[in-house]
Amino acid sequence: MSEQGTNPHPGMNLGYDGGEKAAEVTIFGFWTFLMSDLVTFGLVFAVFGTMTGATAGGPGPEEVTDLRSIAIQTALLLGSSFAFSWASLSMKYHGGRLHMLGFLALAATSALGFLIFELIDLLHLVEIGAVPQRSGYLSALWALVCLHGLHVAGGLLWMGGMTLQILLFGLTDQIKSRVTRMGLYWHFLDIVWVGIFSMVYLAGVA
Amino acid sequence: MRDISDEERAERRQYTLGLILSIVLTAASFGIVILDVLPRGWVIPAIIVLALAQIVVHLRIFLHIDLTRQKREDLQLLLFTLLLLGIMAFGTLWILANLADRM
Repeated sequence: MSEQGTNPHPGMNLGYDGGEKAAEVTIFGFWTFLMSDLVTFGLVFAVFGTMTGATAGGPGPEEVTDLRSIAIQTALLLGSSFAFSWASLSMKYHGGRLHMLGFLALAATSALGFLIFELIDLLHLVEIGAVPQRSGYLSALWALVCLHGLHVAGGLLWMGGMTLQILLFGLTDQIKSRVTRMGLYWHFLDIVWVGIFSMVYLAGVA
Repeated sequence: MRDISDEERAERRQYTLGLILSIVLTAASFGIVILDVLPRGWVIPAIIVLALAQIVVHLRIFLHIDLTRQKREDLQLLLFTLLLLGIMAFGTLWILANLADRM
């Protein structure tokens, strides 16, 4: 295996041993954060599980789910995740700053599209009276979907911040390490979304 | 156009494979629900299996969790978190379902 082939993380190509090791520790720390976030999401999922069927005569999964919109959101988020990995590869293999920022912009646009579709869905829920205070089922659904949506919105801000840093400072080792962590966060959110569209929406209407 | 090294090409192929697998698994999940092809009791187990498969694909390809020595700590952290989450989430569902039964 070549020196680069043993690179533990995509986007990391720091070129010297000490930097790799330090970055490795930071990334492990970030994994710890992600795992604590996973526990949060997992417990909100569990609460949602206990609330299935608790519609109190209000709107249920059939009224709440618009599968076409969910499919579009899924595609947009997966596309965003994929665009981000392309940006990481561009960074790792010195594709050039603009090349990388292009993919980052694509990832951000796609995620923005996701949020817009999600917002339209939520506004529709308000229209049909499916507000959080209507039933236990709806409270849990709003909590879970909005928790994920807020994470995506936070990720967008983070992406904007990274873009500024890259423009100002260039792709320094530290910024590469930050972008790598952001990538973990971004792919992690896509995994959570797999759980949401499967358990909340698909299993709801099945 | 810049040159693309073999290693980069291999990594691109890997990510593309991940994307294709994700699309196939997602489409299968949606297909099962929309086309109504499976008998009733099978739909939800099938959705769960497809979702788990997709999560494994994401972890392996996009988050680079594998069985090599370097990544073992990440993997152990993930597995321990899943153990904790299993106890808490499964416990919650179990106890509350039991209470609901008695109501």
